[in-house]
Amino acid sequence: MFSGASNFVNGVDKTFFIILGISFFFLIGITFTMIFFVLKYNRKKKIAAVQLKDNTWLEITWTLVPLALVMGMFYYGYMAFIPTRYPPKDAMEVKVIARMWKWSFEYKGGKQSDSLVLPVNKAVKLNLESMDVIHGFFIPSFRLKEDVVPGKHNYTWCIPEEIGQYEIMCSSYCGVRHSYMEGQVVVVSEDDFNKWLAALPDKSKETKSEGFKILQNNGCMGCHSIDGSKIVGPSFKGLYGSTVELVADDGTKKITADSTYIKESIFLPDKEIVAGYQKGIMKSYDNILKKEDVSKIIEYLKTIK
Amino acid sequence: MINATTTMESVSYLDHKGKYKGIFAWIFATDHKRIALLYLYAISTFFVIGAILGLLMRLELISPGQTIMTAQTYNGIFTVHGIMMIFMVVIPGLSAIFGNFFLPILIGAKDVAFPRLNLFSWYIFITGSILAVLSQFLRSGPPDTGWTFYAPYSTATGTNVIFATTAAFVLGFSSILTGLNFIVTIHRMRAPKMKFFSMPLFPWSIYATAWIQVLATPIIAITLLMLIAERLFKIGFFDPAYGGDPILFQHMFWIYSHPAVYIMILPAMGVITEIIPTFCQRKVYGYKAIAMSSLAIAGVGYLVWGHHMFTSGMSETARWVFSLLTFIVAIPSAVKVFNWLATMYKGSIDLKPPLLYALSFIFLFSIGGLTGLVLGSLATNIQVHDTSFVVAHFHYIVFGGMGFGFFAALHYWFPKIYGRMYNFRRANIAWGILFVGFNLLYFPLFIIGMQGMPRRYYDYLPQFQTGHVISTIGGIILIIGLFLMIRNLVLGARKGAKAPANPWNGSTLEWQIVSPPPQENFDEDPLIKNNPYDYE
Repeated sequence: MFSGASNFVNGVDKTFFIILGISFFFLIGITFTMIFFVLKYNRKKKIAAVQLKDNTWLEITWTLVPLALVMGMFYYGYMAFIPTRYPPKDAMEVKVIARMWKWSFEYKGGKQSDSLVLPVNKAVKLNLESMDVIHGFFIPSFRLKEDVVPGKHNYTWCIPEEIGQYEIMCSSYCGVRHSYMEGQVVVVSEDDFNKWLAALPDKSKETKSEGFKILQNNGCMGCHSIDGSKIVGPSFKGLYGSTVELVADDGTKKITADSTYIKESIFLPDKEIVAGYQKGIMKSYDNILKKEDVSKIIEYLKTIK
Repeated sequence: MINATTTMESVSYLDHKGKYKGIFAWIFATDHKRIALLYLYAISTFFVIGAILGLLMRLELISPGQTIMTAQTYNGIFTVHGIMMIFMVVIPGLSAIFGNFFLPILIGAKDVAFPRLNLFSWYIFITGSILAVLSQFLRSGPPDTGWTFYAPYSTATGTNVIFATTAAFVLGFSSILTGLNFIVTIHRMRAPKMKFFSMPLFPWSIYATAWIQVLATPIIAITLLMLIAERLFKIGFFDPAYGGDPILFQHMFWIYSHPAVYIMILPAMGVITEIIPTFCQRKVYGYKAIAMSSLAIAGVGYLVWGHHMFTSGMSETARWVFSLLTFIVAIPSAVKVFNWLATMYKGSIDLKPPLLYALSFIFLFSIGGLTGLVLGSLATNIQVHDTSFVVAHFHYIVFGGMGFGFFAALHYWFPKIYGRMYNFRRANIAWGILFVGFNLLYFPLFIIGMQGMPRRYYDYLPQFQTGHVISTIGGIILIIGLFLMIRNLVLGARKGAKAPANPWNGSTLEWQIVSPPPQENFDEDPLIKNNPYDYE
């Protein structure tokens, strides 16, 4: 009755069915009783109210019957939940890396991908790592959700049971582009998966400049693109040496984006804002980035014209 | 009407001439009734602003992509909507307005135990509110953390988080002092012969609420101070970059903020428990069960905060224990609902506006409570946690419950407060529009939430649009209903027909004195009945 895209759909949906069924029964019962009483005992009928004595047994009954029902609900929810915490020992492990505002997935051997490709009918354990704030790893079709908390090693697991593409969303509010933090799960046959994994380029062996890595590790490129597109902040492309219009408390001015300007933008982001952008969105990286890091970033920025 | 002699001698609290004149007679007033009205006007203003902010969010969500505002503006608006509605409207709401006005009268007292502390609490409330409003306009821009201030986002963002948290910190003191005042009032100020178990049930619910206010609020105070210290000095409480733990923040935040839900809903339940007997002319069914269930909710309500964190990575043990306790806390609420229904049985039911609001409270609160079971169950929680299902659930509880309870209280006690009556036909029409708008606004969010629409999303996938469009239309209808309701009440307060002392034939003490009440409530010692709902 309740099969679906992963091995947890059945248990979760059955629990939905039970709880919502009992809830509808009570809601309809309560509502109809109210309406019935309003009609039957309406004052317009001019029948005096009858005063009744409390009945302890009645009170006990309508305490214990709902108690038994909710204990049943608890039990079903518990039984369907517990398997979600115990992945099989031989499950394939994939590291889910969350940063503002992008998912990436690291397979064994350090190969990274932007979409989560999984073989059908094989257990996968997903180790959740955040590079910055709390994110929520959520695949609605799989009935799968667990927060990705910085400094904590959260995990979840599942067995994908149907070939297809499914949405990954971020369920825990993480800032201005929270609703754009989407990704794809692609479930394929085991053969296709092996071929895909073998063909996946190993980006960790590519030589990227140190400045680029610093930008990546601090999530800078979630807001500042390197291809000229406008995301949240100004793009890095062609920034170095260009003329920038700034808004400060004492009016606007035009300056050339040099090393001093870039340093100040990183350590005191709210002091002056590029015209057309909002204040208060970027945090200060004082205490987070060292002076050498900033110099490396500047070296890298010089290379993307 | 009842005490003709008293009417001639007494001067209503509205006309009373004290030491001060004009506006100072209000802002320096220590009379509990005047302070209640000060709260009423301030809180109603914040409520209307918060509702308009909510409508702006709904308009933004009517279509995917940018509709009327940027993502950053949207994040700022849902944050300030949450802060205002939670800390400045629903937490103080019923207890500061109707608790202040009617708690002393219902127990036969002339005022609260500490009238000047009561006025001071109002000033603290206003100071906190001003800080919250300021946080919107200062240099770094409106806070964008959500009202939950989750670390480490809240320790990292460049926006005015410190101002907003300071505001919540200050508002907390107002809540603590009001709670303390009410506890002492109930213990020490009851009329002679008024025993605990001969108090009406609204004072009982205020009593349970007051204990939560006194005991739980200091925890949010220290949590917010720690957050401020973390931002200023990078101490390492919550941010893992400095050795802190973000989950610690969530525990501390919800240890207060879950019981806070009961601060909101318990007084509303108390109001409903007053209205139903009056309009059914029945002794309340299960007096002791209702009184004890208030205390049970307050007690068990402390121990369920972990259900806000089911997906945070807590241990399996923590998850199932919090799930079990969450299911148990549903029981006292169910007991109340059954006793309300039993009170209607064989009554003489008069479907006037206050009862309409009270019955819609039961309906909406039941939906909110029953969907809470879906959230409390570990398996289904996985799917609906942090989705619009949660948004719908808590709006059914907080707005459908506390909000409609608030409207019920306004329509019930209005003739006592102002000594005038509003127009019933207009009140019924406004109720109908509000009720339809409310359900259109929030019900679709349950469905798209189950389908996987996360909360706090500025943009969404096209498959969720139908639900969002219906919800936005509901939002517009709701605002129209709200406007009509407020207009009718304002007209009633200004030009309504003079109200008699006991327009609903109620049995509790507030109906035994003139409308509006005299300065010190009782010119002679009130007659105390053994059961406050004695209609025989």
